[in-house]
Amino acid sequence: MGSYDVIVIGGGHAGCEGALAAARMGCRTLMVTLSLETIALMPCNPAVGGPAKGHLVREVDALGGEMARNIDATCLQVRMLNTTKGPAVHALRAQADKRRYEERMRRVLEDTRNLDLRQGVVESLLTEGGRVTGVLLATGTVFAAPAVVLTTGTYLRGKIILGDLQYDGAPGGQVAPQGLSRSLKDLGLDLMRFKTGTPARVDGRTLDFSRMMEQPGDGEPLSFSFRNMPARELPDQMSCWLTHTNERTHRVIQENLHRSPLFTGQIEGTGPRYCPSIEDKVVRFADKAGHQVFLEPEGRHTLEYYVQGMSTSLPEDVQLAMLQTVEGMEKVRIIRPGYAIEYDCIEPTQLDRTLEVRGLPGLFTAGQVNGTSGYEEAAAQGILAGINAAQKARGRDMLVLDRSQAYLGVLVDDLVTKGTSEPYRMLTSRAEYRLLLRQDNADLRLTPSGYRVGLVEEKQYQAFLRKRDQVEGEIRRLGQVRVNPTPEVQEVLTRLGLGELSGPVTLERLLKRPEMDYAALKKLSGDIPPLDREVERQVEIQVKYAGYIDKQKAQVEKFLRMEKRSIPEDIDYEGVPGLRKEAREKLKKHRPRSLGQAGRISGVSPADLSILLLYLEQRSRAGRGSGP
Amino acid sequence: MFLEDTIAAIATPPGEGGIGIVRLSGPEAVQIAEKIFKPRKATFPLKSHRLHLGWVQGPQEGEIIDEVLLTVMRAPRTFTREDVVEINCHGGIVPLRRVLEATISLGARLAEPGEFTRRAFLKGRLDLAQAEGLLQVIRAKTGEGLQAALGQLEGTLSRRVREIRQEILLLLARLEAAIDFPEEEDVDEVTGRQVKAQGAGILEKVRALAEGARRGKIYRDGVETVIIGRPNVGKSSLLNALLREERAIVTEVAGTTRDQLEEYVNLAGIPLKIVDTAGIRKTRNRVEIIGVERARNLAQRGDLVIFILNAAEGIAREDREIASILQGKQVVVLLNKIDLGENIPEAEVRRLLPGAEAPIIRASLINQQGLEELELAISQLVFQGQVEGSRADFLASLRQIQALERASASLLDMLAGPLEDPDLLSIDLKAAYAALGEITGETVEDDLLDKIFAEFCIGK
Repeated sequence: MGSYDVIVIGGGHAGCEGALAAARMGCRTLMVTLSLETIALMPCNPAVGGPAKGHLVREVDALGGEMARNIDATCLQVRMLNTTKGPAVHALRAQADKRRYEERMRRVLEDTRNLDLRQGVVESLLTEGGRVTGVLLATGTVFAAPAVVLTTGTYLRGKIILGDLQYDGAPGGQVAPQGLSRSLKDLGLDLMRFKTGTPARVDGRTLDFSRMMEQPGDGEPLSFSFRNMPARELPDQMSCWLTHTNERTHRVIQENLHRSPLFTGQIEGTGPRYCPSIEDKVVRFADKAGHQVFLEPEGRHTLEYYVQGMSTSLPEDVQLAMLQTVEGMEKVRIIRPGYAIEYDCIEPTQLDRTLEVRGLPGLFTAGQVNGTSGYEEAAAQGILAGINAAQKARGRDMLVLDRSQAYLGVLVDDLVTKGTSEPYRMLTSRAEYRLLLRQDNADLRLTPSGYRVGLVEEKQYQAFLRKRDQVEGEIRRLGQVRVNPTPEVQEVLTRLGLGELSGPVTLERLLKRPEMDYAALKKLSGDIPPLDREVERQVEIQVKYAGYIDKQKAQVEKFLRMEKRSIPEDIDYEGVPGLRKEAREKLKKHRPRSLGQAGRISGVSPADLSILLLYLEQRSRAGRGSGP
Repeated sequence: MFLEDTIAAIATPPGEGGIGIVRLSGPEAVQIAEKIFKPRKATFPLKSHRLHLGWVQGPQEGEIIDEVLLTVMRAPRTFTREDVVEINCHGGIVPLRRVLEATISLGARLAEPGEFTRRAFLKGRLDLAQAEGLLQVIRAKTGEGLQAALGQLEGTLSRRVREIRQEILLLLARLEAAIDFPEEEDVDEVTGRQVKAQGAGILEKVRALAEGARRGKIYRDGVETVIIGRPNVGKSSLLNALLREERAIVTEVAGTTRDQLEEYVNLAGIPLKIVDTAGIRKTRNRVEIIGVERARNLAQRGDLVIFILNAAEGIAREDREIASILQGKQVVVLLNKIDLGENIPEAEVRRLLPGAEAPIIRASLINQQGLEELELAISQLVFQGQVEGSRADFLASLRQIQALERASASLLDMLAGPLEDPDLLSIDLKAAYAALGEITGETVEDDLLDKIFAEFCIGK
């Protein structure tokens, strides 16, 4: 019924980025989705970004993805978080207009050459000789492709749980597909069952905002996409509203715990720790008098509000009683109740760092089906899977990002090396080289990779090159230009409240002073070329933090030495003498691609690595057939 | 982790008395050597492949550790194909160790067992057959049983390191939670000043620990170990077996006669000082008539007694006499010669040494059997503080002390970091945490997330 280069199953955040990447790289691409009405659906919170997540969004953008531009174009509010901390952890977050976000993304997909959309339920994957060859739809229609990207989110055998009510279903009131899980199992994949949850949505007309604290957006111009820089200020931002639970709320919850599926054992898996339900919070932190509740608008054209902080699977009557105890919510009316959802996902240690399933060439997986949570985590995996599916279809080298290059590298490496026992969320503390993986330099880190695979357009790349040259040139210049302690200079310094100079000094050294910034520097040296704000900022960060950046670069070098020692795919761990049993089992299961990766598997000790290193060396020499 | 840093170790071949060699290999070997070496005549840079006479200086102004002969061998014409420096000391075990420490304080890393050889192999200096032998050595050092047991041991040092790590972890968790969850009321902003104040306290503790570790009697002097038993029971076989391994450090105590020869054996990182090895050796050639007297004298001295019995012959009257003088001593019983027969049931040994919880090892020294079990038993006793001398202070190997020093250095860096960027402070704090983790064998990231989620009510 048709053949393509790449087929993407699913139209969520992973699916959109995957399909766009493949199509933009020139592959004939098909996206099959359950419903064309729910493309780029945000079934949970109406926000994009935040610490680590915002970094991912910038990385997707730097690679040539869409999420950043889509949220820039459709957001209601934007804020930079963590500005009191260092530049590595500044984090952009936007409140999304859900409907507009979905609509714009669908239109972008429709406007993309080489990309076809198709509504339908994929019943099974088709294979031939151990390779994926296409998909079979429930209607009997077959589509063929040498590369398939699976991005089924929380849909596979989804089960919605709400009090003692349970039914098969999926976000957005859709039917949960039942067949595909079986097809995956038949292909030898191990599946896991994860759970997550969402709070109630309420009617904005029943909220008393005058008794809540307003959380407005930033007045500063901010944007996620490097392509929208310099950013323009966002007009008419909508506010979020902060209120708190109280003892009465907690009493309602305590008194009804016996009706919570979490505590009655209907939900077996432990939910994500960073996103506990309100009943979980009340039980685990019983001494706390109140928990934060943010009311967040779901869009400009609706009065629906999202009740951030009160994710729950309690029965609906308890949800209502509990919400009505919260200040400013006494008269609240629920539009959609909160619920928990259980779903099938893939044990991600079965994947390669390309997101291709090991032992099943042509099948790539991305997003929540890999055991993650969050729109940003999904989009980031989606673009990587899309790029690699396209590379695969065209017979080119696939893209792998390591832990020193990107949060996306950390995310994928964690998943495929360690696996996860809860829906995985990106956190800055998961990244060892955080100072190098800043949101402000995502383009410097990744745009060349995106360009190399043919995803970053020429225009974006040229703009990037210009910026990079300007940054490098300006840093060079700062190292060469000296400022003398003339009376004028001393006067400027004193006027800025900065210490005087004791002798001539380069601009670079001057900028390294803690109290000095680039704006002040401009006042001291008249001939500074006019530069974009982004370039100035970049120069300032790279100069000021050079000491720490160098320290982290040295750590990265050490790390890369181990990453570069690759382990051949066909290694037989039974044949490696001297490995401890536990290490042998773990290595057989995870099949790491490098010694560095092997070292991150729990249960593999430095001594085991030594043995492996020697074995590999011995083997490669024996393979060459002669000693030194 | 494996290559390209500079390693150092005492590299004296077993059996040689008097002179000991500290060997350095790696890119900074020469630089480190030139910092501690005061040549008598030669000038820097030192000529390659020549012997230079001079002194190794201590950290104090004008302090001399030892008179030495130093050889610089620049790459590639060296064993490891890296820059190599060999420092020949002759002042005995104490100066030897101090020279080693001096190189380490300047940035060398203590070599792992077989690491010089491993480097030689990886740089293409050894052939396959030699490499096989090397694998054997490393395999022996990482025997499954020993590894597992050592991993479980809870020494005083580990306990204190864990306490300090917990403190760092809590601080890190507060820092990181504030970064990852900036809008949570439950998570307070942490200021650079707070982090530094707490960090300074932690630094003091790490320093005190390093200081204490250096003072540790066992680390400084070794565990005084006595090998005791009837004539012909296998004392010299045991000594030889222990010394034959690569780990042996043999020395004479300066100014003593051969009669009181002591030899050092490095057993699972613990230096054993085996007392009166001359006495053991002498009996190989003539009939030992003073068995019990010798035992009586020696038993007074030892922190640890290895009591060898002939498993084939059963318990003799002389064994009972020896046992009677071992009251209150920490004893390891070695039932040797099990290849000839096993006629001593465990219960009988227990009756022989009432009250003592002595580990009993079945061995056939002639077949190299039972040595690993013996190592395990001894290291367990020492790490558990059951051996006198390990109780007063705690035990730390040089490698562990080195890790403590790296943790101190990172904490110092942290204290010098910028107040306004607490997240930068976490870079050094994490480094300190990781260095301490090398002592207890634990890693960072997972602990940290667990701590954050346990401490703070997070979740929007």
